[in-house]
Formats: sequence, structure tokens, C-alpha cells
Amino acid sequence: MTDPFSLTAMDIFRFATHIGLTHYLLLAALLFAIGLFGLLTRRGIIPALMCVELMLNAVNINLVAFNHYLPMPDHSGQLMAIFSIAVAAAEIAIGVALAFRVYRDRNTVNLDDLDHLKG
Amino acid sequence: MFDFALTHAWLIPLLPALAFLIIGLGTRQDKDTSAKIAITMSALSFLLALGVAGAVITRPVVMADPFVMKTLWAKVGDIELFMGVLVDPLTAMMLFVVTTVALLVQIYSVGYMAHDPGAGRFFAFLSLFASSMLGLVLSVNFMQMYAFWELVGLCSYLLIGFYYYKDSAREAAKKAFITTRIGDFGMLLGILLVQLTFGTLDFLELKALLPTYIWETGGGILTVIALLLFIGPIGKSGQFPLHVWLPDAMEGPTPVSALIHAATMVVAGVYLVGRAYFLFSALPVVLEVIAWVGGFTAIFAATIAITQRPFKRILAYSTISQLGYMMLALGVGSLTASMFHLMTHAFFKALLFLCAGAVIEAMHEEADIFKMGGLKERMPVTFRCMTIGVLAIAGVPPLAGFFSKDAILAAAAEVSTPLYILATVTAFLTAFYMARLLFVAFFGEVKPDCPAQETNAWMRWPLVVLAALSVVSGVWGHFAGFGEWVFHGPITEEHISWQIAGTSVALTLLAFFLAYEIYVAKRWSSYEISRRLGVLYTLSYNKYYIDEIYTVIRNTFVDKFGAVLYWFDLHIVDGIVNGLARFTGGLSGVLGLAENGQVQRYVTVFYCGAIALVAYSLVFAWLVLSVLGGAF
Repeated sequence: MTDPFSLTAMDIFRFATHIGLTHYLLLAALLFAIGLFGLLTRRGIIPALMCVELMLNAVNINLVAFNHYLPMPDHSGQLMAIFSIAVAAAEIAIGVALAFRVYRDRNTVNLDDLDHLKG
Repeated sequence: MFDFALTHAWLIPLLPALAFLIIGLGTRQDKDTSAKIAITMSALSFLLALGVAGAVITRPVVMADPFVMKTLWAKVGDIELFMGVLVDPLTAMMLFVVTTVALLVQIYSVGYMAHDPGAGRFFAFLSLFASSMLGLVLSVNFMQMYAFWELVGLCSYLLIGFYYYKDSAREAAKKAFITTRIGDFGMLLGILLVQLTFGTLDFLELKALLPTYIWETGGGILTVIALLLFIGPIGKSGQFPLHVWLPDAMEGPTPVSALIHAATMVVAGVYLVGRAYFLFSALPVVLEVIAWVGGFTAIFAATIAITQRPFKRILAYSTISQLGYMMLALGVGSLTASMFHLMTHAFFKALLFLCAGAVIEAMHEEADIFKMGGLKERMPVTFRCMTIGVLAIAGVPPLAGFFSKDAILAAAAEVSTPLYILATVTAFLTAFYMARLLFVAFFGEVKPDCPAQETNAWMRWPLVVLAALSVVSGVWGHFAGFGEWVFHGPITEEHISWQIAGTSVALTLLAFFLAYEIYVAKRWSSYEISRRLGVLYTLSYNKYYIDEIYTVIRNTFVDKFGAVLYWFDLHIVDGIVNGLARFTGGLSGVLGLAENGQVQRYVTVFYCGAIALVAYSLVFAWLVLSVLGGAF
């Protein structure tokens, strides 16, 4: 591991200009964190679902990036990503449909009010 | 012809069973059709039974070489259970008796049940009853016999409780079922022990295995087996102390009483002992028990019958007494005498009960004989049949009872004098109470408001047929050589011992004379006599308080023990369960706090958990690395 305190200005410059795996992973982590934050804090169903999408896409970025840096690229990461996108599409379709039903039924989409499964 | 009957003997129980199904599923509502179906099927089985009897008389079938047909019924592990028919002279005799009485009772019931809306149901049950008894008679092994034995018990329950809207009928049905169940349980234990000891339940196989077994290991366990098996007949055949259900079984319609008392239920016990006689007769101790139980029951019931007032109850105690006679005969080693008496008793007891039914119906359900009187003029045919029945049961020559009772007395005299004296006294008592019944009900003045008149033809003709059978069956059995067909061991020469027969006839006539003097000529007041006898009379009139004793036993032991168990159940068993439930409820209240229904809370917890796992694995990896050190 590199000691961060021994980095020179040159090292930082090179890091900022040469895009590598780390950049992709950082981006994915950032996206994931944003999504998680949104999921935990937003009170509407639709924003929450959007945040879930954000997290899923962060994972997709990871998959694709790792695939690119494989010693022998075989597109398995891309395949996984496409699967993941398809599943996400299905999930969002059902999620939104559920959200509509919940709204029709309860007249609200506020997650705080939807606590009928309270123990 | 006889061969056909023999190879189709399995049809004999099946036909009434078929009648039961057809009536029960189809024509229950239609009284006339139901009666026709039941009587047709009974008549067909009667013809087949006649054919089987013919096969016995022309002798392709003898006791030593029975006709057997069987098929696999069930297979459990290594145990194979068969069901089939076993025909030997004993079976043939029983088939003849059961089908005859069943057929006549069904014909009688057409008249008796003419105004009952439940007649269809009645005929269905009667058919099932006859069918179960016939199946029992034809059994090839103990298991089949036990199955039909229970069926007979069920039918008696259904028929005794036929008037289910009456409290007393329901109680009587339950009493009959539960009391006989006690006996059945002992019998079941006996059967299981037989299976464990011999590995088979088949009568013929057991008969073949038994001598070797006794030779090799002695009779210890066999005595236990035989005594357990004998508990079944004690319950079913109304032997002391399980006789209490029989008098109460009067609650059913009278044709049922006739069927139960004459042919289908109570003789099952006697028949069982007769069927397994190879086992019982090998064990002198058990025979002695049987003889004494039978002898005691005979005199015990006879002393009760003397003081009873209801028509049918007198007959019921008479049945118990006569069954005791049959058991006594088995106990003193005479299968022939017992089965002979079973046959003649079936005829004259059915006759007496059917007469009782006619009388009680004519009297508009009045059963007390002291409220009857002078029925001789009002019901001449019934009176004549009744007289024949009474003479037959009292043992007046040349009617049926004379021969069979004489055979039993002779057999008893050979073995044990006390038993002989017991049996002779019982014969005297029997003659006395039957004469009392006849004289009080049929002689004397006609009561002013007596509604009685002669019964209809449906009820009259079976009486006449049974009366004829009560007259001839004894003579026929004696001179045609009943003892050469149904016997165990060496054939006993049938001869009438003049000393024994003379004594019993003299006692019978004395009893008739006494009864005549008391109840017709009124030379002595019956009231005065009962007052003089004091405590004896009270005991007899109250049936020795056996029912009351049972009630006390039940109240003190069963109920108190039940109360203890109830407390245990309520506080300990329920306490544990309730405590567990309360504990679970409390726990769920605590855990339920976490389940607040907020999805986002769950997500938070989930991610915290994920982070904790990652942190843990990082720390663990760090530890591993620091241990490995330079190797990494």
C-alpha cells in the first residue's frame, strides 16, 4: 500500500490525468453512496426507487470496469451488467406499479405512513 | 345342490350386508320396499344355510374335516390375515339357527313396525345385524371373528338405541356398548397373546399346533390366554358380573330383543368358546372357571327373574340364566349339550320374545305383567304359542328344552355334584318364574280397560313357525343324532338318564303347581310370601343392587380419579402450555419493537450490518496478514 503522506505533487498530477481502474471504482463508490443516502433519507416511494436504480448502476460500472482490466477480456462483466440492467428494468416496472397501487389504495406515497407490517 | 351351498357359503353373510347397503343408501324412506329387500335377502341366505346344513347331514363335512375357503385380507409385515369361511357342523347349526330366527324376526317386524316412520332404517340395521353374526359364525380366524364381533356390538348399539329420541333408549344403548367393550378389550388382549405365542390366529392351524405346544411348554401362558379370551364372552353373553347391559337392552324394539337374545348377539360368546373349544378344553382350570361362572350366572339371574314385574325383563333375566346354562355345559366339557341348548333356546326364546312383543303392543306399551291378566281369551294364538314357549323353556317333555336341558344336567352330574345341584335348582326356578309369567299375564280376570286383541297375520305366523320349531327341534336333535354332528373329543352316547330327567321333570311340575296355586288359585297370597321372605325379596327385586354397586364404584373411583386428573390437566398440562404461550407472547412484544414497519429503518439496519461484516473481515484479514508477516 502506498503511504498517502509520501505522495509527491507529480504523483497526484499523474493520478489526476491518467484514468485507471481506481477512478471507475471511486465513481461507482460515489454513486453507490449517493444512492444509499437518498434511499435512507427520501420519504417518497419514487425517489427511493430512483436511488435504488442509482445503486444498481454503480454496481454495473464496477462490473464493466473490472471486465475491462481483466488480463484476458471475455465480456463476462458486460454480460452481467446487461443482465443486471434487465433485472433492474423489471424491478422498476413492478416497483412503480406497486407505487401506483399503493397510492390508489392509501392515497399516499410517503414511506413513513406505510407501516402496516408493524410488529 | 349341497356342494353349491357349501362353496357359496360366503354369500350367506354377504346377502344381508347387501340388503343393508341397498336399504341404507337407497330405499330407506320406502318402508315396504325396504322390508321386501331385507326379507328377500334373508330368505336367500336361509336357503343357502339350509343347503349347508344339508351338506352336514349328508356328511361331506364333519367336525374333524371342516370345509375351508379363505383369501388374504391384509398383510402387515410378516403377519398375514385371512378372511374366509370355515364350515363344520357347529357352523352349519349356527347358520341355520341365525338365518331362521333372523328371517322370522324380519317377517314379524313388518307387522310390528307398520306404524313406525323409521322402519326402513330398522330393516337396514336388522340386516346388518344378521350379516355380522353370520360373518362371525363363519370366521376362519380370531381376527375375523373379532371384527365381526365388534360389528355385532355396533349393531346392538344402533338397534337398542333405535328410539334415539328416548333418554332411556340412549342410555341403554351406551350401557350395552360400553359394558361389552370391557369384555372385548380382554378378548383383544387374548387374541394378541395368541398371535404372539403361536404366530397364527387361524383356528385350524392353532388346533394342530396346540397339543405339541402343551407337550413342550405346559399350560401356563395358555391359561392366561384362555382366561383373557373368556372375558369377551362374559361381556357379550351377559355372564356375571357383566350381565347388567342385557336387561336394559329391552329399550330397543321387541323384535330386536328377540334377535339379540335368541340368535345374534348373546350366543356369540357361547359360540366363541365353542369354536375355540380345542383351546379351552385343554385347560382344566379354565374349564372350571367357565363352569362356575356359568352356573353362578344361571342361578343368580333365575333368582332375580322370580320377582321382576315387566314382561320383557323377566325374559331378559331368563336369557342370562339360560346363557349361564350353556356356559356351564361348556365348562363341564360337553360341547354337544351346550350347542344343543343354544339351538333350542334360540327357538323358544325368540318365540317368547315375539309373544312379548305381540302382548306389549296389544296392551299399548304396558309392560307390567300384573296390569295384564286374562289375555288367554283375548289373544288365543299368542297364548298357545306362549304356552308352548313356556313349556319348552321349563323343560317339559317332549318339547325342545327338555332334551337340551337334560343333556346339560347329565353332563354336569358326571363332572361335579355341586354344579348339578345348582343347575337343577335353576331348572326349578326357571319353571317357576316362567309359569308365574304365563299365569299372571294370561290367566285370571280380564282387566276392565284391557285394550288387547289378537295381532295381525305378519306377527302371528312367525310365532306359529317358532312354536313348531320349539316343539320339534329337541326331539329331532335327540333322535337324529345331534351329538354325532357337533361334538368335541369322543362322541358321547345320547341317552336319557331317567334319574336325572325324572328329577328335573318332577321339579318342573312342582314349580308349575306352586305357581298355579299362588297366582291362579290364589291359595297363598304372593304378597304375603314376599313379605315373609323380607330381605331376600328386596335383594332379588332390586337385582342384588349390582347396578347401584357399579354406580358407587364409578362415583368413588372413576369420578374422583377423573377429578384429580382434571385438576392435573387444568393446572399442570394447561399451565405449561399457557406459560409457554405467555412467554412467547412477551418475547414477541420485545422483538416486535424492532419491526416498526419502516422500510428505511430496515435498510439502514441492513447496511449497518453489511458494513459491520466488511469491517470484521478487514480486521480479520489484518490480523492474518500481521501473523503471516514477511511471508506476504
